[in-house]
Order: sequence, then structure tokens, then C-alpha cells
Amino acid sequence: MKVLSIDTSNYTLGVALLDGDQVKGEYITNLKKNHSVRVMPAIESLMNDCDMKPADLEKIVVAKGPGSYTGVRIGVTIAKTLAWTLNIPLVGVSSLEGSAASAGRYFDGCISPLFDARRGQIYTGLYQYRQGQIYSIQKDQLLLSKDWAAILKERDEKILFIGNDLPIHQPIIEETLGGQAVFAEITEQNPRPSELALLGRDREGEDIHSFVPNYIRLAEAESNWIKANKEKKI
Amino acid sequence: MGKDQWIMGIETSCDETSVAIVKNGREIASNVVASQIESHKRFGGVVPEIASRHHVEQITIVLEEALKQANISFSDLDAIAVTEGPGLVGALLIGVNAAKAVAFAHGIPLIGVHHIAGHIYANRLVAEMEFPLLSLVVSGGHTELVFMKEQGHFEVIGETRDDAAGEAYDKVARTLSLPYPGGPHIDRLAQEGEPIISLPRAWLEEGSYDFSFSGLKSAVINTVHNAEQRGEKISPEDLAASFQQSVIDVLVTKTVNAVQEYKVKQVLLAGGVAANKGLRAALQEVFENSTDIQLIIPPLSLCTDNAAMIAAAGSILFEKGIRSTMALNANPGLDISIHN
Ligand SMILES: [Zn+2]
Repeated sequence: MKVLSIDTSNYTLGVALLDGDQVKGEYITNLKKNHSVRVMPAIESLMNDCDMKPADLEKIVVAKGPGSYTGVRIGVTIAKTLAWTLNIPLVGVSSLEGSAASAGRYFDGCISPLFDARRGQIYTGLYQYRQGQIYSIQKDQLLLSKDWAAILKERDEKILFIGNDLPIHQPIIEETLGGQAVFAEITEQNPRPSELALLGRDREGEDIHSFVPNYIRLAEAESNWIKANKEKKI
Repeated sequence: MGKDQWIMGIETSCDETSVAIVKNGREIASNVVASQIESHKRFGGVVPEIASRHHVEQITIVLEEALKQANISFSDLDAIAVTEGPGLVGALLIGVNAAKAVAFAHGIPLIGVHHIAGHIYANRLVAEMEFPLLSLVVSGGHTELVFMKEQGHFEVIGETRDDAAGEAYDKVARTLSLPYPGGPHIDRLAQEGEPIISLPRAWLEEGSYDFSFSGLKSAVINTVHNAEQRGEKISPEDLAASFQQSVIDVLVTKTVNAVQEYKVKQVLLAGGVAANKGLRAALQEVFENSTDIQLIIPPLSLCTDNAAMIAAAGSILFEKGIRSTMALNANPGLDISIHN
């Protein structure tokens, strides 16, 4: 099966082509540069290099968030539209799960991928590999990194932290977890789109029309409105 | 004429998700518009983040519906035209990336279109253009006089220096506690009132085709405020009529002056405010008896944001040989002269 995967949910822009059991090609940058301008040319050039035409594709896998709202929407819009117009299945994979899979396969313990969410907060979740399969141990969530460290402290095992935003939160995590925390090397911090493709390859397709990003949090205007309307009802 | 030309238009610059198919630049085969207005009413205006979320929810549904209604497939299309700007950047991005994905998947030429060029070309879906022509563009974000000497060539001869006319309508509507969007409510109230309240008209320098509506807006707010302080009640109908009269006087007078100076054959009304009954009536009154100047006003459905107008503009740009690459970006501050 020929799978195209797309990840634009954070600063890492990733595109990969999987053909059966082979990773044909992979494009990764870790830059604060406009994803909207660069992702389609990246797909175009990777497919050209791999001698693949759009009609050859059999599945699209996309990182569905959490992450930058705009970034996630760019990837999801392209993935949805490609899958719909080529009439092939679309699979959405958590951006955090993709990140965990990119460095944690041979780690004996739990994996906490994280993206900075400003004001001391992180998007994170807890994952673990068992017999080569990745499992979600705690769902993707948004919270203060210091609160997350306190939660993990209760666990009697090593935790591997992965992500380009580690430098922002590493001191806080280390303070609470000490030697319990392991930090991925910089070469393993970018989420790898080929891992995303592999995760999605054998999963069932989504309903394309209703597929939306997983933002984890509501837009501010919306949450204020819900709050105000709840208060009104009381 | 040889083979028919089929253009798909995609428009997501604000709060409408729209896809259309236009044949030979002038015939609408489909024009599907998914409006988000009910969602944004909660907040009294368009919330950009929520607009972007809705576009992602709607985009493939609207694409599918537009193709179905036109009863054609991707292989029939000559080009995909998409609004590149101006507009809300996060909203524009959805249309631009969906357009790129479709164009790439089927190897169809891609064309980025200026939103205002689209509003002007909505007129070509009604009547053939004759040059030179003048277009009065009035919407929530724009108040411009655009001169066109030929197809696909745009020269802005006047624009607003502060608020767009549509913005002034929305702010005045808020002052009168009218629900969002305010324009249609003011227009309706104005029909019931008399323009007896004295409000300013900003003519600016002699010979200028620029506009300014912030002074007028402030005058309305002050009038309401002063009346409240004196404990008097102002008739909202009369205030709406007076405000509308002031806006229309300036728009119509400057349009007439430009028509004379540029010796145009046609006057086109474009943009969401073109739905305004008062403005339509005033322009019709001025140009009704003219034998050498034709006034064109598109129907309501083509005045507000829609993708047929983007496809119509795209049709001309396609003929001019204009193409975009896969690196096409959303550009919220795009200048209309890029097409010249
Ligand atoms: Zn518009």
C-alpha cells in the first residue's frame, strides 16, 4: 500500500511516502517558516523524486493535532481534500502519538511527547510500546508542565520525554523527576512523518467530510461564550 | 466557439465557505455557499479562529456539492481559481490549501484571485462588460472606486482612508442596539424614516475619489449620546435614514464625478453593501435615463461573498495566461494591481 503522510501541526514540517514495507522518502524541516507555502511543494517534489503520481496513492495519513491551530488546519485541509478528491481513505493520528513513535520504540518505560503551549503549559500524553505496538496510557491533554511532572512522579518507572520544545520545560521536569526522567537527543526530537505513515497504515479510514483537527482546547471566544451562557442559566 | 471553458472557484476569505463551477466565464453551473453567520451571531461579529474551524468542517462537503450540482468531474475542469486575499488569513488558508490539493491531485492549473476582482466580476455573470468601466465596490471591508480600461486590468482611483462603508454600518447598528450583521437592519429602518437629522458628508479634497466614514460614524454616536443626556428620544428610523442618506450621497456623487472624468461606458456595483436597497435606488435614479452609460447591479446572491465571482474573475485571468504554483500563499493584504 502506498501511503502519503503529512505533519504540519508544529514547527516540524514532515512529509513521507511509504510503499508497502518500505519508506520511499521523507522530508523534514524544523523551522519557524510558513507551512502553507512549503508543504505542497514538498509533497510535489518528494512524489516526483519517488516516481509516484497522485493517482498511485492509496491512503493519506495526517497528524491531526494538538499543536498550532493554523498549522494543524493546513495539514488537515490538504489531507482531507486529497483523500476526498482521490477517493482514498484518510487516517488521522495524534500528533503526540506520532512524536512518541519517533523515538520511543525501544525504550523500556513510558513515553511523554510534548509540545509547548505557552504560559508554562504543554500538550502531552503518555504512551508505551508493548511487543512493538504503541499504546496510549494517558490521553492527550493540555496542562502545566509542573503539574504533569507531579502526576508522573507517582509512576514507578522511567519516562522518556520527546520534543523540540524540551529546552523550555526540561528544568521544571528535572526538578520534580530527577533521574526518573530521560530526555531524547536532538536527533530524535522531530516527529518523523514515516512513523506517522506506519501508525496510520493499518488503521481504518475516517469519515472524510466530518474529519476535523483535535485542537484539545476551544477557541477563547467560544469558551467565554459557553461560560457566559452557563452563568445565565444558573 | 471551440471547446467550453470550465473554471472551479473557491472562496473562504471571511465567513462563507463557497465553491462554484462557471462555464465560459459567464454561466453559473453551480454556486454553493455555506454560511457561518448563525455561528458568529453569538459573538456579535466574525471571530477569525471560529471562521477557520468552520471552513475546515465544510470544505470537502461544499466541493462535492458544487461538482454534483454542476454534474461535471475534475477531468472537465480547465482551472481552479481561489481567493488568495485580502481577507482573514486563517480563513483564506483553508481555501488556498484545498485548491492546491485539488489542483495537484488532478494536474489542473491553479490561479490565485484577488477578492475584490471577484466582486467586480460578479457583474460579468449578469451582463457582458464593456470598457472602459467603473466599479463601485462597497462591502464590510472595502469602499473603493476601481477603473478598468480592459479585461483583467484594475486601477483603484479612490478608496477609504479609515472605515469601510460596511464597517460604519455595523458600528452605527451597534449604537442603535441592532443585531449583527447591522447593514440590512439599518437599510430596513431607513426605508421607514426621514433623513431629517443633520449629519456630515466627508468630501475630502477637491477632485479626490477617496472616502472617509469615521467622522460620520462619530457624529451618529454623538447625536445619540447628546440626545440621551438631554433625556430626549431619537427616532431610530430617522437616524438610520439620515445616516444612510449621508453615505449614499457621498458614494453616488463621487461615482458620478468619476464616470464623467473617465468617460466610462458602464458602472458596476460590487460587494456586500450592493445589497443595500437605498444605494441601489439612488444609483438607478441617477443612471436610469442615461443612454450612453449602463448601470449593472448583480442580484443579492452574487453581491455577498460567493465562489462564482472568483471563478468568473479566474476565467479572464486564465485567458491572460496567469498561473499560480504550489507555493501559492494566503495574502491578507494583497493588492489588486497584481493582476495587471
Ligand atoms: Zn467580499
